[in-house]
Amino acid sequence: MMALRGFRDPELASSISKRIWDKVLRPIKIMEVCGTHTMSIARFGIRDLLPPSLTLISGPGCPVCVTSQGDIEAYIGIGSASDNTVLVTFGDMMRVPARGTSLQKERAKGKDIRVVYSPMEALEMAEREPEKRFVFMGIGFETTAPAVAFSIMEAKRRGIGNYMVYSSHKLVPPALLAILSSPDLSIDGFILPGHVSTIIGSDPYGFIPEEYGRAAVIAGFEPVDILMSIEMILDQINSGDRKVEIQYKRVVRPDGNRKAREIMYEVFEVGDASWRGFGVIPRSGLFIKESYSDFDASKAFALSRTEDPPEPKGCSCGDVLRGLILPYECKLFGKACKPESPVGPCMVSSEGSCAAYYKYRVWRE
Amino acid sequence: MEGVRDELVLLAHGGGGKLMRRLIEEVFLEELGGSDLNDSSILDLDGVSGKLAFTTDAFVVDPIFFPGGDIGKLAICGTVNDLAAVGARPLWFSASFIVEEGMRISDLAAIASSMAAVTREVGAKVVAGDTKVVPRGKGGELFISVSGIGVVESEIPISGAGAKVGDLILINGPIGEHGIAVMLARENMGFISEVVSDCAPLWGMVRELIRSGCEVHAMRDPTRGGVAAALNEIAEQSGVCIEIYEGEIPIRPEVLGACELLGIDPLEVANEGKMLVFVPERDLPIALDHIPGGRAIGRVIDGPPGRVYLKTAIGARRIVEMPVGEILPRIC
Repeated sequence: MMALRGFRDPELASSISKRIWDKVLRPIKIMEVCGTHTMSIARFGIRDLLPPSLTLISGPGCPVCVTSQGDIEAYIGIGSASDNTVLVTFGDMMRVPARGTSLQKERAKGKDIRVVYSPMEALEMAEREPEKRFVFMGIGFETTAPAVAFSIMEAKRRGIGNYMVYSSHKLVPPALLAILSSPDLSIDGFILPGHVSTIIGSDPYGFIPEEYGRAAVIAGFEPVDILMSIEMILDQINSGDRKVEIQYKRVVRPDGNRKAREIMYEVFEVGDASWRGFGVIPRSGLFIKESYSDFDASKAFALSRTEDPPEPKGCSCGDVLRGLILPYECKLFGKACKPESPVGPCMVSSEGSCAAYYKYRVWRE
Repeated sequence: MEGVRDELVLLAHGGGGKLMRRLIEEVFLEELGGSDLNDSSILDLDGVSGKLAFTTDAFVVDPIFFPGGDIGKLAICGTVNDLAAVGARPLWFSASFIVEEGMRISDLAAIASSMAAVTREVGAKVVAGDTKVVPRGKGGELFISVSGIGVVESEIPISGAGAKVGDLILINGPIGEHGIAVMLARENMGFISEVVSDCAPLWGMVRELIRSGCEVHAMRDPTRGGVAAALNEIAEQSGVCIEIYEGEIPIRPEVLGACELLGIDPLEVANEGKMLVFVPERDLPIALDHIPGGRAIGRVIDGPPGRVYLKTAIGARRIVEMPVGEILPRIC
């Protein structure tokens, strides 16, 4: 639209695109890890500028998509525990199906379930309505975890005892490690998430080139950012010089944001977490520390994390999240599973790869 | 005695008795005009010839006051624009008010007053009305349902089915302002930026366009579902393929910024003062002369019927899909 900033310049995009065509010397697969990249690639039609032998695959970087069924069901269960419990969540969670129900359906039945844009809003609700218990669904990666941690620290400081968090936060590098150690790995390079890297920096990705010999570039979200990152990955592949590079230099520093990490690890500790599509990944989740256990909904409601229920029949979200198949290769895609009647979370979230592929019709017609 | 405008709406105001009578006389009749309270209005068709257009719409916007307008202005503009989209001059409106107990009557009067202002501007009248009061917590402060009758003034019928290959698609200004203004007001996200709704009646513009002799093949006001929904509807109804150019679509930087922050496609955001106009290329100069702020954003091309393409900012092409559900509920 009118805001044709340099990062949306069609001539610049076209000249990078031409170079990319020249630099693809064999079939190449690149995974864009983050859901925001998936959306941007689809929205700007970036595939239209790439040679057919270069495949972009979506990764596990959609927070709603990788939240395990068990976590969603446990969270819905908290809402049923008592009448004065209010569930507070990001909007994307509302429509995720969970064995015959969803937060949206529970709300229609009369449960008090509210949508917010930040955990601080949930904290303020709790302060305003002290007679109710507010349980915030903490999802997301290193990007959102510091904000949620801060809301818990604030609750403690201000003595707001009716605010709690169900933490299902996850860490990106362990999921990448899980993908890289899979025997059917076919990915040549990674477009790494810009926002997550703002917090963690580039160092935690070192294992990608060093142990697995794959290219890695931390990318911004504008179309020219993404095209430049693809070119940088191709340069790494062609020269054999694999490393973690930062394309998104205007925001990401190699050492990330130390202050945000301090807040995050003041409240959270690392533990094994269950990911949709992956199962349990060691040391990949953030859980509330003992010193903040008063604000831990899983303790307050005495929840034990149970086995994840099986995926809905035919749903291949797991394979999509691990980059094994493209969304339209799922049997349900666009047929039984559409945004208006989603079967799996990848079709629900605005960052879900199935939703992005469907919305922008990225499939062979 | 205090004026009724200093009071709050009571359930009794909907009871059909003296209190209701006072509310109607001192608020609705005073603002919207009229005097006789019969069960039906008798409408005089003298001076009205041609086909009548009839439309109805309910308004549930939250909050009821937002930057650039309020639910009353929105209700009349929405009705005027639905009539204008088929080339009809608005004549008569009805308005039903579903009021939640406890609403300030001064707010109700302010809303009736902004309905009156738009009604006067387009030369129409509110000729029928109704008021109901629901208990506190059972409504959304105020819902308004408006119906409108107009007379078709265009010689060639205008609909969504008349778009032809070669037509240019024009819009009269930047997109996405209403939806984002309401969203930011509702979620207290004014910190992102101040966005003002584009809520406005478009009959004046459409009248000038029709009278200019410009051949209008199709029109639609891109309200809920935004430009994406309106163009998909026209592509389907007309059985044509549409291509629009991202670089040509006007949008204010603050609206684009808010959309990107919220992860919303501005093409899917509601407008309340915009019209998409399809004209043959030869009529472009005359159309631009009569559409203030107008610009061409795309054209009807040879291609699969029912399909809408976007040439994106970076020169790539993608499909513009019909929006699935409401991204932003209670926007109008």
